[in-house]
Amino acid sequence: MSATVGAVEAAAEASSVTRAEVCVLACAEAWRGDGEIFASPIGTVPNIGARLARATFEPDLLLSDGEALFVAGTWPVGDAPDGPVEGGIWYRSVFDIGWAGKRHVMMGPVQIDRHGNANISAIGDLARPTRQLLGVRGAPGNTVNHRTSYWLPRHTPRAFVPRVDIVAGVGYDRAAAAGPAATRFMDLRRVVTNLAVLDFATPDHSMRLASVHPGVTVADVVASTGFDLVIDGNVPQTALPSAEQLQLIRDVIDPRGLRRNEVPE
Amino acid sequence: MTEDQVVAELRSGMTIGIGGWGSRRKPMALIRAILRSGLDDLTVVSYGGPDVGLLCAAGKVRRLIYGFVSLDSIPLEPHFQAARQNGTIVASELDEGMLQWGLYASGLRLPFLPTRAGLGSDVLQFNPELRLVRSPYGDSEELVAMPALHLDAALVHLNRADTAGNTQYLGPDLYFDDLYCMAADKAYVSCERIVGTEELATGGPGRQRVQRWMVHGVIETPNGAHFTSCVPDYDRDEAFQRDYVAAAKDPELWAKFQAEYLDGDEQDYQAAVARRAVEVSQ
Repeated sequence: MSATVGAVEAAAEASSVTRAEVCVLACAEAWRGDGEIFASPIGTVPNIGARLARATFEPDLLLSDGEALFVAGTWPVGDAPDGPVEGGIWYRSVFDIGWAGKRHVMMGPVQIDRHGNANISAIGDLARPTRQLLGVRGAPGNTVNHRTSYWLPRHTPRAFVPRVDIVAGVGYDRAAAAGPAATRFMDLRRVVTNLAVLDFATPDHSMRLASVHPGVTVADVVASTGFDLVIDGNVPQTALPSAEQLQLIRDVIDPRGLRRNEVPE
Repeated sequence: MTEDQVVAELRSGMTIGIGGWGSRRKPMALIRAILRSGLDDLTVVSYGGPDVGLLCAAGKVRRLIYGFVSLDSIPLEPHFQAARQNGTIVASELDEGMLQWGLYASGLRLPFLPTRAGLGSDVLQFNPELRLVRSPYGDSEELVAMPALHLDAALVHLNRADTAGNTQYLGPDLYFDDLYCMAADKAYVSCERIVGTEELATGGPGRQRVQRWMVHGVIETPNGAHFTSCVPDYDRDEAFQRDYVAAAKDPELWAKFQAEYLDGDEQDYQAAVARRAVEVSQ
């Protein structure tokens, strides 16, 4: 009897968790085990995730104000931080800390392929693109120097492509072709989307479906991916935030609900 | 010196580095002076923002060496996008850290500096002249040899300077302005206010990183970084930047924007900006 009541309560809890909140925790989990390194989230959901990670299971992470300062504490996304400044993290020191390997960035590419090559630069031919985006930014250096994860809030075949148009973030195949200097520190951790968590934990570092979010089927992910994913056995469901984590997300880190702008219900 | 006197020292075909970052502390008064000049065929080196956009739109740029071009609060720069999509510039896209390395190598008079950044990426396709170098030590790693980015001239904007070329930045980040100055044969500083050397020292020597030995000319251009940010003197003019972007996407609006803001000199520009601020507040 009591077991049944418990199961009903857990289900009620699960049904109140939004997809965006599942994504927040899935992003936070990227930094698990990282210790005292600079967590560099790009995008709203990754920012909430990094702050959640530091506020709960990864207290030694360094977080910046997005401008030039390392700041302690936990503050809402969209607001200026109120915690004490721990130090300067000027643009040039980002290269220092990154090339020293003490950084884990989560970037938001428009295209990614099965080897983890990622494009933030432009769509089309590099000499004359059909749509110019930001440029490669720090992605080439990031990917061969330190841990890198990716966040794609819209998992579609247009984003998960057989070949990216421009390799900004380096994938495992391209790094292997470039030689040991490129692979030595390369560590692509996970790819989080609105549907699933993916990683490269396969013998040849091909992208693997690690978990599907509640309400998403493996078939949904396959249909939304423009290449063959590695699917080994039963794919688990992405973990739900705990009650404590939900409270932090909803009341402390994202009280205005900005996460819903990236992952609508 | 005036903006136009600085620009008179530049020549068509030169390689010009522009300090700041994105839409932050850009030497916009000097950029506007280049727009008014006959200069063209420039190679521009920049962590790009509207400086790059405006120079591209005016047809001043032959080749662009950059890691990104962005307006920060508005991610994509419309004039830069148009230049790339129409194929009107040669794009030498680099990893941001490689660009720093190239400036640093130039400043230190080294032919190159080694780095992992770029390995395996399409940066090597963007820049077919890039070469690899093998470590002469036991590891024998093969790295990118980032060549020195020699600048004929550097243009940077700082909060304060004295007439000798000592400067002070008051915002959170120097960006790479000292490296731009060191990488250049001639470096020109525009500043919000020229002050006495004593006043420069009030913020401590950590803020006096661009110094007279690396600077060849100083000009005072109040509000000279507009519409990019120049904190704490002023924030980015977000409303103006939005108008700039809207105008850049429409030829008719752009002609109007040019007539209103860019056809006159810097005084005319600042007067038009001040007029606009009054209109907006009413």
